[in-house]
Amino acid sequence: MTPKFKAQAGTFESSDIMVLIEPVAEGSGRQVDISSTVMLQFEEDLKTCINQVLDVMEIENVHLIAKDKGALTPTIKARVETAVKRSLGIQEGTL
Amino acid sequence: MKNALGVEIPEYIDGLGELQPYQGVWNSVLKGDVASQTVPTVLKAQKAHVSKMCDSLEDAIKKSQPFDGMTVSCHHHLRGGDGVLMQAIAILDKMGIKDITLASSSLTSAHDGLVPYVESGMITRIFSSGIRGRLGEIISMGKLKHPAVIHSHGGRVRDIMSGRIKPDLALLAASAADEEGNATGAHGPSAFGSMGYADIDARYAKTVVVVTDNLVEYPCVPPSVRQHFVDYVVTVDSIGDASKIASGTTRITSSPMDLRIARIAATVIEHSGLFKNGMSFQVGAGGASLAVAKFLREDMKRKSIQGSFMIGGVTSYGVDMLEEGLFKAIFDVQSFDAAVSTSVLNNPQHIEITCDQYANPNNCGAMTNKLDVVVLGALEVDVDFNVNVITGSSGEIRGASGGHSDTASGANLSVVVCPSFRGRLPIIMDRVHTVVTPGESVDVIVTERGVCVNPSKPNLAAALKKAGVNVVDIRDLKKEVDSMTGIPAEKKLGDKIVALVEYRDGTIIDVIKNVTNLE
Repeated sequence: MTPKFKAQAGTFESSDIMVLIEPVAEGSGRQVDISSTVMLQFEEDLKTCINQVLDVMEIENVHLIAKDKGALTPTIKARVETAVKRSLGIQEGTL
Repeated sequence: MKNALGVEIPEYIDGLGELQPYQGVWNSVLKGDVASQTVPTVLKAQKAHVSKMCDSLEDAIKKSQPFDGMTVSCHHHLRGGDGVLMQAIAILDKMGIKDITLASSSLTSAHDGLVPYVESGMITRIFSSGIRGRLGEIISMGKLKHPAVIHSHGGRVRDIMSGRIKPDLALLAASAADEEGNATGAHGPSAFGSMGYADIDARYAKTVVVVTDNLVEYPCVPPSVRQHFVDYVVTVDSIGDASKIASGTTRITSSPMDLRIARIAATVIEHSGLFKNGMSFQVGAGGASLAVAKFLREDMKRKSIQGSFMIGGVTSYGVDMLEEGLFKAIFDVQSFDAAVSTSVLNNPQHIEITCDQYANPNNCGAMTNKLDVVVLGALEVDVDFNVNVITGSSGEIRGASGGHSDTASGANLSVVVCPSFRGRLPIIMDRVHTVVTPGESVDVIVTERGVCVNPSKPNLAAALKKAGVNVVDIRDLKKEVDSMTGIPAEKKLGDKIVALVEYRDGTIIDVIKNVTNLE
């Protein structure tokens, strides 16, 4: 599936992550930009975690920006899933 | 050679000399192997009625006859508002003085301006109980010529008495002083309270300069620093930013996490067997640590307990407890807010003490040795109860040893309060990155997820369990936390030793290596 709208989920609070999604043209692939207060400790983990959610949701073409303040894995997955759903216009289960 | 914690300690470091490995908390005292006070006092005789007043800070520094390789010392009672040390270093630099050893009782956010002087090689050695901010980062990158030495507050007194630190010029900022150099921090526009760290510098430095922005009519009372140690007095426009030196009163945290940890810690104290009339108590000024005082205050009132004394690191919260009669006296080496200065000045039960009396391991009356309960913070703890309060998550220097190891060693009950993880970084490690306080002197670690009791205190663990405290094995707690946060990537470290952590007896308890991924 391909995101249609700009969307976001999360906050800039400590232990949360802000995820922004921008639609891109078909075939341009995934671009994931991450910044994090724990980049030195958890960069690989953040990348893996975000890509796993994109894989499950079959999102191949997207620009995802994540600004992390030390969120735990379940928080990261929930924020990415919500942002993606909003960008697809599938709002069920999200506010 | 390896020390008692298995850390490889070099026998000799260029520029600092021979090192002794840490052998245990009380090893030096038990063996009688303590540094003697071999440093002679300085002959300062002068004729009657000679003026000590100087025209400017520059004039005073010139009179001290500065030279390459000298040691400049100061106290950190001005904290983040200090405006004196940076002025002095700039003057020395202008005079072309090089190879300076800086021996401040601590360094704060006000001292990031030292960075260019370290990078240019003007400052080549640093002794301090704390190093923070950009200065900590560039030292961690290896930019200080010789390794920095991190000492405790008590250890610094011992360092000066034994000649490890030999101050040539002591610059002692005071919020009030007179023409003879009697000086205090208890009053004046830039009041900062106790001047406890300055006493040792006044007694041992070759040249002692009192720097004030508030010259008062002779005599200055109380004379925290006394005239017979002081060579020169100089007035400056300002000793610093009063709002960053001390302001208002200290508030208790509103963070639910800190309050929960503090509530549990107060319960631990209540059931430790020490919660009774005559208890003595020290608490830190930050977050969960200070919040313990709030709950202890309620518990003491509820059970009609009157304590003996508090020491520290004094906040207005401690002053309130003194005034309510919950404790009979405060022994104050360092005051944290403006309200405390007033109490130091006016309340005879609020007693200003020197750092020597506070925590020097080599005297016969350190207050820390008479302490029942201390509550301390931590950046990291480990499964052997060692505590790190100096290096951050990347291995960078960003904290302070302060009185941590002094009070932990002396107190009957040393309680460390910390969250089990901070912003995804687990706090309980297999081994802390840098040991400042050895686990031998830590009794209890209190987190929001459980209380860990040092296995050397089985009776305490049993008493706490009986009282309904959630006592957990520290290794189990570590596993639980790791499963939530994940395991952080390895730190990127080089082979260069950028700092030594001196235990309070002068032995080396740990070394800090350079960090390669800092910019």
